[in-house]
Amino acid sequence: MSQAKVPAWVNIALIPVLNILLAFLVSGLVILAIGENPIEAAGYLIYGAFGYDEGIGYTLYYATNLIFTGLAVSVAFKGGLFNIGGEGQAYIGGLGVGLICLSLDHTMPFYVIAPLAVIGAAVFGAAWGYIPAYLQARRGSHIVITTIMFNFIASSLMVYLIVNWLKEDGRMAPNSRTFEENAWLPYLHEIFSPLGIEIGDSPLNLAFVWALLCCVFVWGLIWHTRWGYQLRTLGTNPTAARYAGIDTAKVTIWAMLISGGLAGFVGLNEIMGVNHNLLLNFTAGYGFAGIAVSLMGRNHPIGIILAAVLFGALYQGGAELAFEIPTITPEIVVVIQGLVILFSGALEHMFKDRIEGFFIRRAVA
Amino acid sequence: MPYAIELRDISKRFGAVQANKDICLQVPAGTVHGIIGENGAGKSTLMSIIYGFYEADTGHIEVDGKQVDIRSSQDAINAGIGMVHQHFMLVENFSVLENVILGAEGGALLKNGIDTARIELQRLAHEYSLDIDVDAIVEDLPVGLQQRVEILKALYRGARILILDEPTGVLTPQEADHLFRILKALKDQGVTVLLITHKLREIMASTDNVSVMRQGEMVAHRETAQTSKEELAELMVGKKVRLTVDKDEAQPSEVLLSAQNLSQFDSQGVKRLKNVSLELRAGEILGIAGVSGNGQSELLNVLSGIVPMDEGEIHFAGQVMTAKAPKDAAQMRDLKMAHVPEDRHKMGLVTGFEAYEAAVLGYHNSPAYNGKILMDRKTMLDECNERMAAWDVRPPNPHLKTANFSGGNQQKIVIAREVEQNPDVLLIGQPTRGVDIGAIENIHEQIVKLRDAGKAILLVSVELDEIMALSDRIIVMFDGAVVGELDAKDADERTLGLMMANAYNEEQGEEQEGVSA
Repeated sequence: MSQAKVPAWVNIALIPVLNILLAFLVSGLVILAIGENPIEAAGYLIYGAFGYDEGIGYTLYYATNLIFTGLAVSVAFKGGLFNIGGEGQAYIGGLGVGLICLSLDHTMPFYVIAPLAVIGAAVFGAAWGYIPAYLQARRGSHIVITTIMFNFIASSLMVYLIVNWLKEDGRMAPNSRTFEENAWLPYLHEIFSPLGIEIGDSPLNLAFVWALLCCVFVWGLIWHTRWGYQLRTLGTNPTAARYAGIDTAKVTIWAMLISGGLAGFVGLNEIMGVNHNLLLNFTAGYGFAGIAVSLMGRNHPIGIILAAVLFGALYQGGAELAFEIPTITPEIVVVIQGLVILFSGALEHMFKDRIEGFFIRRAVA
Repeated sequence: MPYAIELRDISKRFGAVQANKDICLQVPAGTVHGIIGENGAGKSTLMSIIYGFYEADTGHIEVDGKQVDIRSSQDAINAGIGMVHQHFMLVENFSVLENVILGAEGGALLKNGIDTARIELQRLAHEYSLDIDVDAIVEDLPVGLQQRVEILKALYRGARILILDEPTGVLTPQEADHLFRILKALKDQGVTVLLITHKLREIMASTDNVSVMRQGEMVAHRETAQTSKEELAELMVGKKVRLTVDKDEAQPSEVLLSAQNLSQFDSQGVKRLKNVSLELRAGEILGIAGVSGNGQSELLNVLSGIVPMDEGEIHFAGQVMTAKAPKDAAQMRDLKMAHVPEDRHKMGLVTGFEAYEAAVLGYHNSPAYNGKILMDRKTMLDECNERMAAWDVRPPNPHLKTANFSGGNQQKIVIAREVEQNPDVLLIGQPTRGVDIGAIENIHEQIVKLRDAGKAILLVSVELDEIMALSDRIIVMFDGAVVGELDAKDADERTLGLMMANAYNEEQGEEQEGVSA
C-alpha cells in the first residue's frame, strides 16, 4: 500500500479556493456579457459585504441562519441521512419561538422567555424532523421524499395557523401582533454600545452567538461522544454498525431530532431577533441553502462557519451590487450564488483527481 | 473443426491480486463444458472477461476460429455469446416477453418488436422445450422459470455459446434436474454451454468435458467420463504448502455454547441456514469447513446476534436465545462473546475511522472508554498504542486511517480488539484471509493461546489447511446444513473435500453398492 500522501491543505484549502475562484471567473463572464465591468462589480460586492460595519453585520446576520441549517444538514449527513427538510423544520421551529413569545411576553421577563424560546425552537423543529425519521427508521419510507413533503406541509400549516388563529385582530396583514420588547433578542450593536464600542446598526443579534455555541456543541457531539461515534459508524458503514450492536433505528431517529432542532433555531434569529412577530415565509430558502453550506463546509462546523459567511456575503454583497449597478438585477445575483453552489458543491470533484494526482506525482518524484 | 470458443493466455490482475493467470481453454462446438473451482478461484472473473464486463490484461479470445475483440457485453452478444448470471438480470414487474426484447426492442414503437418476439419465442420454446407463458409477469414466476427466461433472452439474441454462472445455486434439486435436461436439449441443437459451478455432482451429471481452476490458474482439463469426483476434488483443493501450528492435545471441558436446529431465511425467503446444531466446549477449537457461501456467514451472523434466527435455540452463558426472544450483537458481546467477522472491510472496521476509533468498535459503550459525557480519548489512544506494540501492528500509529493499513495489520487490529476483551467464546471468520505468511503464524499462535486459556473458539475458514492445522474438531457445512463432523485427527483433504462438495456419502454408498453387487 504505497499511497503517496496528498498534503492536508490541498483538500482543505486549495481545492475549495480554486472552485470559488472558478465560480467568480464564470460570474465575471456573465457580468461582462450584460455589458458591465466585472472588476467594478466584484468591488461593490466585496465592499457591500465586508467594507463597513453595517455590511458586516448584515453578512453575519444572514450567516447565522445558514450556520443553523448547515449544521442541521451535517448532523443528519454524518449518519448517512439526507435531510432536505431544513426549510420546514426551521419554519415550525419559528412557530415554537413565536408561541412562547406571544404567550409569555406580557408576564415574563427576558431571561425567562429566552431559554424557553430556545427550547421551543428546538422541540418544534425536532418534532418536525421526528415524523420523517420515524417513517424511515421503522417503516422504510425514504427520508428525502418525506422531508421534501414535510416542507410543503409546514408551509400550508403555517398559512392556516397564522391566517386563522394567530393573525392580529382587525389587520389584513398575515402576521401576528408584534411582541413586547422583553421578548426581543438584543441586537449586538445594542449590547456593544454600553461597553463603549460603537458598531453600526444591523439585524445582527444574540442568535449569532448561539449559532457559534451550536457549532461547538455539534463538534463535541459528533467527534467526542459515544453517540457521535455511533452516528459516524452508521453513516460510513451500516453493516459495521449492526455488527457493533448499534441500534440503527434509534440513532437515525435521534440524528433527525437533533438536525430538526438545529434547523428550528432559524426561528430564534428571524422571529425573536429581527421580525419580532410571527409571519409567513421568514425561512426564505435558508433550509435549502443550508444543504450547499454543509456540502461546501465538508460537514465540519468550522467549514460550515466559513461557508455560511461566504454565502452571507453573497446575499448581502449581492443586494448591494444590485443596488449600485441597476443592470445587475437581483436575478443575476442569484445566478452568481448558483454558480458558487455549482462549482463548489456539485462540481466539487472536478479538479480533485488532477490536483491530487499532481501532488502524488510530485511526492513520488 | 475450429472450437466454438477458445481462450489463449488470458491474464487479469486487480491490484495485487492475480485473478486469472495465462488461462487457456478450448471448447468444442455443441458440448457442455464444466468449469469447476473453489470460490475465489477466478471462474467468475474469467466469465466476465468472456462476456465483456472486464477486459483481459493480456491474451485473446477466438470464437469459431476467428479472433474477436470483446470490450462490452454488446460485443459478446454480437459474437454469439449469451450469459445467464447467478443473480438474474430481469425487470421483475415486466412480462416475460418485455424482458426478452429488452435492449432489442426493434424500433421506436413496441408493437412490431413484441409481435416478432412472440413468434420467435414460440419457435424457441418449441425447439428447446422451454415452455413458458410469455405474458406472465416475471416476479410471479418461480425461480426455475425466471432462469428459463434468462436462457430464452440469451437465445433470442442469437447466442450459440451460453455461459451459466452457478445456475443451480438458487434452484431446488428438481428444478436443477430440469435445467440439466434443458442443457441437453440445447446441446442437441448445437448450442455450446459453459457451466460454472463448484458442485461436483453437477459436473459429473451434465458435462462432456471439465476444466479445473485453482487460485487463478487453469490446473487441469479432463473428459468427464474419464475422471472421478475424487480426482476433481483433489484438483480443486490442490496440494498446498502445509501450515503447521504447534499445539498440544486439546483439553475440552464444559459446553459453553450450544445451538439447536438453527435456521435462517434471507430476505427472498430462501433458507440459508438449515437446522444447524452444534456444541462448543471450553478449551477447544471447532473448525467449520466448507466452500464459501454454504451458510457459514449466516451461522456466524446468527450466533453473534447480528441477524436474528428464524428457528431454533442458542444456549449461551446461562441464557436461551430463540427467534421470539433474540439478543442483539451488543447483548451477546456483554455476555462475553467476541466475533471477528469474515469480512473486515464490510463489517469488522469502519475504514474511514482512525485506528484508535476502529479499535473500540462494538465496545464503544464500555465504561472504560467513556467519561461522563465525552469519550475518553486518552484511554483509547493509550490502549491502542499498547495493543499496537503487543500485536506488532505496523505502522504503530493510532491516528492513521484504518483504510491505510495493509490487510494483515487491519486484521490484527480487529483480532486484538476482540481477543483483548477476554471473551469466553470467540467466533472467528477467515482469520487470515489476505494476510501475509508472517502475520498468519502470529494470528494462529494467538488463537491457540486463547484455546489453552480455556476459551471456546469457533473457526470458520475456506482454507482447508487452516482448518486442519488449527481445529480440534471439524464440522463440514454444505448448502446451509451440517453434512459431516469428524475429529481433526481423522481428517484429510480428500475426505473434507468430498464432504465439502456433499459427495462423501454418495461415494461411500456407491462403494458399498459395488461391494454388494
